[in-house]
Amino acid sequence: MTIKHADEYRDPEISRKLVEQIKNLSKKNVRLMEVCGTHTMSIFRNGIRKLIPGTISLLSGPGCPVCVTAQNEIDAFIEISRVPDTIITTFGDLMRVPGNESSLQKERAAGKDIRMVYSTFDAIEIARKNPQKKVVFLGVGFETTAPTVAASILSAREMKIENYFVYSAHKTVPQALCALMKTEGIKIDGFILPGHVSVIIGTRAYLPFFNQYQTPCVVAGFEPSDIMQAVLMLVKQIENKTPGLENAYTRAVSFEGNEKAVGIMNDVFEAADVAWRGIGIIPGSGLKIRNEFSDYDAMKKFEISEKDSKEPRGCACGEILTGLKTPVECPLYKKICTPVDPVGPCMVSSEGTCAAYYKYHSED
Amino acid sequence: MKTDRILLDHGSGGKISHSLTLDIMLPAFDNPMLSKLNDGAILNIGGKKFAFSTDTYTVDPVFFPGGNIGELAIYGTVNDIAMCGGSPLYLSVGLVIEEGFLISDLERIIKSMGAAAEKAGVKVVTGDTKVVPKGAADKIFINTSGIGLIPDNVDVGCDKAVPGDKIILSGTIADHGITVLTQREGMTFTSSIKSDTAPLNRMVEKIFTASKKVHVLRDPTRGGVGTSLSEIAEKSNSGIRIYEKKIPVKNEVKSICELLGFDPLYIANEGKLLAFVSPEDADKVLSAVREDEFGKDACIIGEVVSGHPGKVFLETGIGGIRMVDMLTGEQLPRIC
Repeated sequence: MTIKHADEYRDPEISRKLVEQIKNLSKKNVRLMEVCGTHTMSIFRNGIRKLIPGTISLLSGPGCPVCVTAQNEIDAFIEISRVPDTIITTFGDLMRVPGNESSLQKERAAGKDIRMVYSTFDAIEIARKNPQKKVVFLGVGFETTAPTVAASILSAREMKIENYFVYSAHKTVPQALCALMKTEGIKIDGFILPGHVSVIIGTRAYLPFFNQYQTPCVVAGFEPSDIMQAVLMLVKQIENKTPGLENAYTRAVSFEGNEKAVGIMNDVFEAADVAWRGIGIIPGSGLKIRNEFSDYDAMKKFEISEKDSKEPRGCACGEILTGLKTPVECPLYKKICTPVDPVGPCMVSSEGTCAAYYKYHSED
Repeated sequence: MKTDRILLDHGSGGKISHSLTLDIMLPAFDNPMLSKLNDGAILNIGGKKFAFSTDTYTVDPVFFPGGNIGELAIYGTVNDIAMCGGSPLYLSVGLVIEEGFLISDLERIIKSMGAAAEKAGVKVVTGDTKVVPKGAADKIFINTSGIGLIPDNVDVGCDKAVPGDKIILSGTIADHGITVLTQREGMTFTSSIKSDTAPLNRMVEKIFTASKKVHVLRDPTRGGVGTSLSEIAEKSNSGIRIYEKKIPVKNEVKSICELLGFDPLYIANEGKLLAFVSPEDADKVLSAVREDEFGKDACIIGEVVSGHPGKVFLETGIGGIRMVDMLTGEQLPRIC
């Protein structure tokens, strides 16, 4: 049978059979982490938590790019937006994230030129049309978006556009998994690994992590039966004590990944030690712009002051990102932190765990 | 962190707009007709009941597949009156035009407003035009207000849903919002979808002819079906349960929503209604809606239940359950 459309991965009959198999197999209480924010949203939108047996807890991980962006980076974005003759271009989710005293959304309301774009090439186009302005793209994301941002820098060079800059706050997933396992108090029995990121980096990128920790890992797609298939494979590995690095998303993810995209990414970026919100500095987990491309590096073009940025008091985003807490355990959740007036980024991003809980979860 | 300026979110039609109404508008204008916060006010004048409503249109772009700002402005107010149970009669039109706007475009808009008024059976009886310097407004903004007569035996409102009511949706959702979005700068979709902009007053007449047990009528515009249902659940203090499988969404709309991460439940419609009807009359009303030219894809998408008062739950396509809340941020500014 050839599956042509995603609807077949939403077939209630296939899901029902998968749930049944999971129920038959699952004996131990296990904690599985879905690393990726898109998985978190799919799990909530499809009501998967209420379908799987109580032995399985699904934890949301640090895979929402906006959520793991460090507070001083958010403050740096706001600082750049205030520089005269600057246009900030960004994906939408960043607009609302509160910095220490403002947000991009509020800066825009105060008259700063901040534009939402759907692609880095829109940002280049804006730079081309506004040669007298400095156009900055805020690069926030994982290996999924980093290659297109890298490609935009290559294009800008080719097109001789000299007023386009990228602030690279990109992060890489495999290094974060290692950091998670080292975090005190964390207990994760298996990982549902991200689909989109893996399309780029391939399953081989997780081998060093898997070899070191021997924690069950399954790469998953985003449709409900993809996710349940991954849960089933993880439960099997755990119950049979046969940890492995498996791929449940073979229609999109290969062992090698997209070598061309990885090549472009590596041409422009190099690994750097960077801070993740709630986790701290993770060695080699960031992508900074190589010296060769420093003309396009917003961090070098703009003088950004040293910041003593503090994460908001009482906000449990850090613990939520690492699976140590669920949003309902955060003292601010739904009380003073709501999507209308968010305190932490997990409540802002459409892929944030707190936003997902707020929107789709009911204590009833 | 509070804000001292108006943000785009304040115009979303979701939670933050609601708080603006409650915190700033209501205290200043406080009266029992306004405080119901329905689509329009219900007024008792000389023993007759009238519906009175107003709306302002800022859609960008001004012309889009399936309609334009003028048509939208006529049908929007016609529909608001119809959702109060009224038969729309008279409209006013106020224009704010930016210096430099093409007269041929204005003519096109006004002509289509005339045709729309005729189609809906209403008369534009008064109006006003202002021109502002270039840059002080974007192309053209239109306000329409209107009144309609509510038949004696009609009594609908967002607070009148009762357990057992069936929920009828008059057709596919998210067409308008997604159409307008695909016309924006930076969007390079080529698609055949078009806005569902349409007058719903004839459909409402058919509904009232079919049943005397209609409790709620609502056109899910900004904020979409999700936000409308949440408001109805909250105001009626009743639980609502809907079924994802039964909510019609065009394949193309579904694909674009997925690509951009939008939930069609929260995307604006401009020619759809939700009707809450006693279960014994549900099939009759459904047939009546389907007879209307804008209700051919109508279906029953759920019901009012006695559990979880004030909350909407959705049974997902694979049989899971999730909550449906009001829209909380602006998904797409200037959609209507």
